[in-house]
Amino acid sequence: MTIKRKAFIAGVFEHPTRKADEQSLAQLHAESAAGALADAGLAFKDVDGYFCAGDAPGLGGLSMADYMGLKLRHVDTTETGGSSYVIHVGHAAEAIAAGKCDVALITLAGRPRAEGMATGTAPRNYGSAAPDVAFEFPYGPTVVNQYAMAAMRHMHEYGTTSAQLAWIKVAASRHAQHNPRALLREVVTVEDVVGSPIIADPLHRLDCCVITDGGGAIVVTRPEVARGLKRPPVAVVGAGEAVKHQMGGKIDLTYTGAVWSGPAAFAEAGVQPSDIKYVSIYDSFTITVLITLEDLGFCQKGQGGKFVSDGTLIAGVGRLPFNTDGGGLCNNHPANRGGLTKVVEAVRQLRGEAHPAVQVKNCDLALAHGTGGSLATRHGSATLIMERA
Amino acid sequence: MLRAQDRPIPAPPVNPETKPFWDAAVAGKLLVKRCTACGAAHHYPRARCPFCGSERTEWTEASGRGTVYSYSVFRRAPVPYAIAYVTLEEGVSMMTNLVDCDLDGIRIGQGVRVVFKPTDGGPPVPMFRVVV
Repeated sequence: MTIKRKAFIAGVFEHPTRKADEQSLAQLHAESAAGALADAGLAFKDVDGYFCAGDAPGLGGLSMADYMGLKLRHVDTTETGGSSYVIHVGHAAEAIAAGKCDVALITLAGRPRAEGMATGTAPRNYGSAAPDVAFEFPYGPTVVNQYAMAAMRHMHEYGTTSAQLAWIKVAASRHAQHNPRALLREVVTVEDVVGSPIIADPLHRLDCCVITDGGGAIVVTRPEVARGLKRPPVAVVGAGEAVKHQMGGKIDLTYTGAVWSGPAAFAEAGVQPSDIKYVSIYDSFTITVLITLEDLGFCQKGQGGKFVSDGTLIAGVGRLPFNTDGGGLCNNHPANRGGLTKVVEAVRQLRGEAHPAVQVKNCDLALAHGTGGSLATRHGSATLIMERA
Repeated sequence: MLRAQDRPIPAPPVNPETKPFWDAAVAGKLLVKRCTACGAAHHYPRARCPFCGSERTEWTEASGRGTVYSYSVFRRAPVPYAIAYVTLEEGVSMMTNLVDCDLDGIRIGQGVRVVFKPTDGGPPVPMFRVVV
């Protein structure tokens, strides 16, 4: 069984806020849901499938179904960090293809800024029952220093440089200047990035994504429902997911789970990396993008630094425009989870509704990829391929 | 030159599955779990082998020697420190800190040796010093 063209993305919404002092977490989820449903031309009463992850308050799917008054026959709270929502689109397509629901709603929201959370710089502890915590937490693993270890090893094995990584931020900033809601709209240069303070060797401040409040939502439905709605329909044509971990101590930080999720999604879609017109690549850090592009097959392993240099990722300049909303590096990383907004910008591109300055011509096939957790320890990888229907 | 300073280390939570590891740490020994069914060593230690699924795992004493697989000096921290993965002679890599060294002088591939550092109210944890 395949999900190819069996489910369409009918509505998307990126919450406009970047700091939510006046809204509750449940409220942000519901505002995002309302936005995506309005985009699709549907209502809360039409939703019969609901998807959320660890950012949802209380008992997740139960609490949010209660808050929003949803009448559900399918619920899925798969939690793979920031990649969850990319996985959710694939799972929603599976549920729709199997007849388990007709209108699937996916929501994300969070308020790390309003809550003063030390997002990337405080060691995270998921509780003493986590089997890894005794063997990791004493050593001060943070989001940034773990991704930094992946970058350090990549540099060691392949000669990747900080200047090459900087091109990824440069491309994101070139796109963000056109997005009035982007947190950071200033265009930066390679020199700006490598001249910004080191946070954790070898990552600089400008190698790191923004911290924002906000959220987003996606509505997935049956093709015949989507075709009757007001928005340009976008078909889900391939999805792949994977979990990569420490492999019992046989650690290799030079690749991600995208080496598995990517081929699965390409095979289901029946397309090649060279067919893709636009990519949304999870950009928690510049290194996340570089390794992911290699793993998805857009360039050879170890050649990512060379590939991203000289503007390959810049819309209107290079051959593989990425994150044309400014991505997590410049625009928005709501709830410290960037997977949902990756899908949203890909849908904008496929609809022809991206900002004219960054809209990819004849964008009929796009890929969104999510990475959740830590490249150094445990992460989820999710690849989604979509086409203009 | 950025000399590594001692920083407060949180205590590792100990449970029945991992108590022998921490008892050995108190005695200054580094243990690695090895599977007698498939022969593979693994880390962090588990009752059940993550490679073959067997429960026939046993504690073995590691040499305490290894090499730096990767590292990052966290300069943004109040007391900068080096997180690392060290690959032990037994073939497994473990998360750790590199201590008692010039943080600016750390390199991938350097030889290291285990040293146990006290924690806040718990057993000591294995960290590594660069072998000169």
